[in-house]
Amino acid sequence: MLLDAFRDPQLARQILNDIHALADQPMTFMEFCGGHTHAIMQFGIRQLLPKGVRLLSGPGCPVCVTSQRDIDQAIALAQLPGVIIATFGDMVRVPGTSHTLQQAAAAGADVRIVYSPMDAVDLAAAHPDRQVIFLGVGFETTAPGVAASILQARARGLDNYAILSMHKYTPPGMRAILDAGEVRLDGVIGPGHVSIIIGLDGWRFLPRDYAMPVVIAGFEPVDILLAIRALVRQVARGQARAENAYSRSVTPQGNPAALAIMNQVFEPVDADWRGFGRIPTSGMGLRAEFRAYNAAVRFALPDVPSREPPGCRCGEMLRGVIEPRACPLFGRACTPERPQGPCMVSDEGACAAHFLYQDLSL
Amino acid sequence: MCLAVPAQILTIQDDFLAQVEFGGIRRTISLQLLPQAQVGDYVLVHTGFAISIVDPEEARITLDLLRQMSDLDPDD
Ligand code: SF4
Repeated sequence: MLLDAFRDPQLARQILNDIHALADQPMTFMEFCGGHTHAIMQFGIRQLLPKGVRLLSGPGCPVCVTSQRDIDQAIALAQLPGVIIATFGDMVRVPGTSHTLQQAAAAGADVRIVYSPMDAVDLAAAHPDRQVIFLGVGFETTAPGVAASILQARARGLDNYAILSMHKYTPPGMRAILDAGEVRLDGVIGPGHVSIIIGLDGWRFLPRDYAMPVVIAGFEPVDILLAIRALVRQVARGQARAENAYSRSVTPQGNPAALAIMNQVFEPVDADWRGFGRIPTSGMGLRAEFRAYNAAVRFALPDVPSREPPGCRCGEMLRGVIEPRACPLFGRACTPERPQGPCMVSDEGACAAHFLYQDLSL
Repeated sequence: MCLAVPAQILTIQDDFLAQVEFGGIRRTISLQLLPQAQVGDYVLVHTGFAISIVDPEEARITLDLLRQMSDLDPDD
């Protein structure tokens, strides 16, 4: 099939040759997306680049940037009587201040891992005597589907379905990194699947407001190398443009149907990100019209005193300030089997990606 | 979490539901976020929703450009 060419080692080699020829100065790029971090580690892309070309992992792991307080509240919701928690798999293993959702489930809470938010709506229909709460975690890729689940619950007349929205918009997260000025970047590898929804247009603020090159990338090795080559070329030429190296799936305007549904249900609110603190208008709150589906309104969220896992440096990792090896727990007290922090739980977390593909030899 | 997997649409039912095939595995997904999708299209599926049509023409253009643009001699 045509798409196999995006894994073709010959093509990858050829792009790498270009990158080596074009990279005339040291440069550092951040891959925003944790899916890219995973692929970059899996395919060993860092080791193939010229010495001066560095890649830094960014905050694009939704579970990782979820604040400790949000995680604790989600776990606390699971312990309310008559509640079924529906969630994507990653969330159940994230350590809360005192325990995980998985441990809450072992102690009797009803926690169901679902593939789709639509499955959570079906759960609500199947259990009219229970309250089903879906844990809404994810960026613009995921939020439209969760929004659609609310519209569906409303259309089906289900009043026992609610979501706890921890959804976040990606551009404010990227701005927060650049505004903080802690890391010096020469360009950004834009998240492919987020950009399917928000389009290349969603990233034009980077060249406009920060003179920062951005290239949207897909997830195959050739896709990622193409984006790096485009970034290297922009830097070598002194340009700062928004480019799309994933045009088979990403358009300039994004997905209008998905954007419409997302915007119908959610509105920007201030939100807390692990490692960043509060970022203005970076969270997706349910609009007032949908308050009946808002778990944060419907249920009294207990105010748990939250504390991040002792010693975990996930927050700095998410800002691109350190790499997983800098964490003293990495590969020792903290492994994918016994994760101490969210960056080791999720496949998209930098710690998990480094552990799985590179740093086994500690 | 932002993972999306390509699948081909086999049939489209009412209510935006479609049967798709991911490398041999069949599944029902929603086309609510991609109402323009047609039978035969390759789509990227994320958490049970098709979110984009994989455009074979664009894929071909990228690959063609790639083959042409690599005009730098790797040895220089
Ligand atoms: S290795 Fe574990 S403890 Fe250290 S930063 Fe990563 S997730 Fe946190």
